[in-house]
Amino acid sequence: MATEEMEQLVRREYKEGFVTDIESETLPPGLDEDVIAFISNKKGEPEWMLEWRLKAYRAWLKMTPPSWAHLDFPPIDYQAISYFSAPKRPEDRPQSLDEVDPKLLETYEKLGIPLHERAALAGVAVDAVFDSVSVTTTFKEKLAEAGVIFCSISEAVQEYPELVKQYLGTVVPQTDNYFTALNSAVFTDGSFVFVPKGVTCPMELSTYFRINAENTGQFERTLIICEEGAQVSYLEGCTAPMRDENQLHAAVVELVALDDAYIKYSTVQNWYPGDEDGKGGIYNFVTKRGDCRGDRSRISWTQVETGSAITWKYPSCVLRGKDSIGEFYSVAVTGGRQQADTGTKMIHIGEGSRSSIISKGISSGRSNQSYRGLVKIGPRAKGARNFTECDSLLIGDQCGAHTFPYQEIGNSTATVEHEATTSKIGDDQLFYCQSRGISEEDAVSMIVNGFCKDVFQELPMEFAVEAEALLRVTLEGSVG
Amino acid sequence: MLEVKDLHVSVEGNEILKGLSLTINAGEVHAIMGPNGSGKSTLSAVIAGREEYEVTSGSITYDGQDVLEMSVEERACAGLLLGFQYPVEIPGVKNIYLLKAALNAKREAQGLGEIPAPEFMKLIKEKAALMQMDASFLQRSVNEGFSGGEKKRNEILQMLVLEPRLAMLDEIDSGLDIDAMKVVSDGVNSLRSEERAILLVTHYQRLLDYIVPDRVHVLVDGRIAMSGDADLARELESRGYDWVLEESVA
Repeated sequence: MATEEMEQLVRREYKEGFVTDIESETLPPGLDEDVIAFISNKKGEPEWMLEWRLKAYRAWLKMTPPSWAHLDFPPIDYQAISYFSAPKRPEDRPQSLDEVDPKLLETYEKLGIPLHERAALAGVAVDAVFDSVSVTTTFKEKLAEAGVIFCSISEAVQEYPELVKQYLGTVVPQTDNYFTALNSAVFTDGSFVFVPKGVTCPMELSTYFRINAENTGQFERTLIICEEGAQVSYLEGCTAPMRDENQLHAAVVELVALDDAYIKYSTVQNWYPGDEDGKGGIYNFVTKRGDCRGDRSRISWTQVETGSAITWKYPSCVLRGKDSIGEFYSVAVTGGRQQADTGTKMIHIGEGSRSSIISKGISSGRSNQSYRGLVKIGPRAKGARNFTECDSLLIGDQCGAHTFPYQEIGNSTATVEHEATTSKIGDDQLFYCQSRGISEEDAVSMIVNGFCKDVFQELPMEFAVEAEALLRVTLEGSVG
Repeated sequence: MLEVKDLHVSVEGNEILKGLSLTINAGEVHAIMGPNGSGKSTLSAVIAGREEYEVTSGSITYDGQDVLEMSVEERACAGLLLGFQYPVEIPGVKNIYLLKAALNAKREAQGLGEIPAPEFMKLIKEKAALMQMDASFLQRSVNEGFSGGEKKRNEILQMLVLEPRLAMLDEIDSGLDIDAMKVVSDGVNSLRSEERAILLVTHYQRLLDYIVPDRVHVLVDGRIAMSGDADLARELESRGYDWVLEESVA
């Protein structure tokens, strides 16, 4: 097949391109201490929280944005961003789905996420983040029965201040990097999950993030804590409406796993990648880190990334506990002029800690993708093991794939393996499928899904189905 | 069923087929033989729609339809199916999944719905048994790590499931030991019927001992130099291709 046709095939229109006109109460653009005080006040936060934010802000002022990533974008004007946007009536939040603005429900319908149906059928509790305020939370009672706390981070600050105080910023310090400092200063919402000792969360927890008010940065903050022997599976999925302005997203996700705890964090991300020239897409600068604080604890990151104009993201694990396990499974698809610099860090501190990394990158169009992975094995991590596999699949001949593996091995008993491959979707494979009557689109989708199989099988069932569908949509032409 | 008229085909500016004409009727088995480089494989590839081959003149019609106007998948769904000399590996895609997708594509083209799962499983188990392939084959990635013989059996399995009207087999005998040759030939012979035609492309006469053709064509330098019945193949075996060349020049 000719390259142009390949490109035709992978070029696509963003399907979730629509804007919901729920009136927003939005701050004018700009950032100073007054803005932070306004946010804190709006959220009804205690004094210590405001102090925490201001401390981060003052540190941020002295920091500079990172420039080491394999990305190219104009400088961001942080004073041109509005830092607060909320649906108009924050005081009378709906208590059930019946009270939710029908426009919002309509939005979910368009996304193919019939909230009530999905929640009932799949047994998933949904904490919907619409712009910056949680609009609805379901299944709270069932979770409460099990002792699981699942709420917005704002609510947690008010209802469970001790827990928040104890854990917030302990995995990702405020000043970890430029974007975490900014997030710490201005975060407006996100999820909070607490699973107490010995409890297996009775259902998969899911949050749908959605960026909706024009030119509004999103600064989500998610904190998940599993006490000794507790388990939770958390799903995060994102889409966004079509935009002209670049939108900044700088989230922070912190996971804490104590002894024998297991946290599985799955993401399917489908943000607007910009038009064919890369204009208008979302900038995604995210810091995600899991702390395997306890012995035999386990944290597993699985992500399927198809969106964003620019992605800067390295979900990582700090393997502090003895025999703790960190896992990273990733599929990233880029097309058009998308740029992605993504990967993971596995920091082995505990004796016998193990990690595995499987990264699958698919580049098409004129996109550029980098895998950046650090495996660091400390002097006390005796017998630590890591296995890394990164595979790149190229579609067409104008895209790029780069691999930057870093290894720092601090003791001689560690075992570290790294495998990497780069391949192209061959004309032979396509012709073989087509000569069996399978259409070109179906063939590309089939080959790519086959390439990603190792990662997809790590996703929870219904997410795996969505991921395959998403990949399909991402790779098909502008049909529909 | 299939009519090829004065077909000229080039690859990267080199003319491979130089005025080939051939008529295949339902119920017939045709064998295309010829020395290496004579254009044998090109013919079946062009009929299947391989892109690198440029048809510079001539025509291919199938049940009155202009094949050259049809896309690769349309040809397959219409019943023109190519068995590859070198079947392609597709990592991560289960064999059974490819078969199901292909069968459903064909059914969709025929206005039928997707095949019900139990019916599909029954069909596929039955056909796999015929090819002496155990169930694990179906769960493995398409052709990945298959031996030469396994790949060829897999090609015939696809034929048995997809039931083409014209089955084109490109050097299906290459790389087969005698046992595999027997299984593959039995599979092909089970495809023979009044409604179906088979086009075998082969370098060696050996295959034709197992699958006895109705017509044998010898391709030399992009043209059919000689046609005959199954005896022609045996004559070629003893006299070699040079003889045909001399005969056709004379």
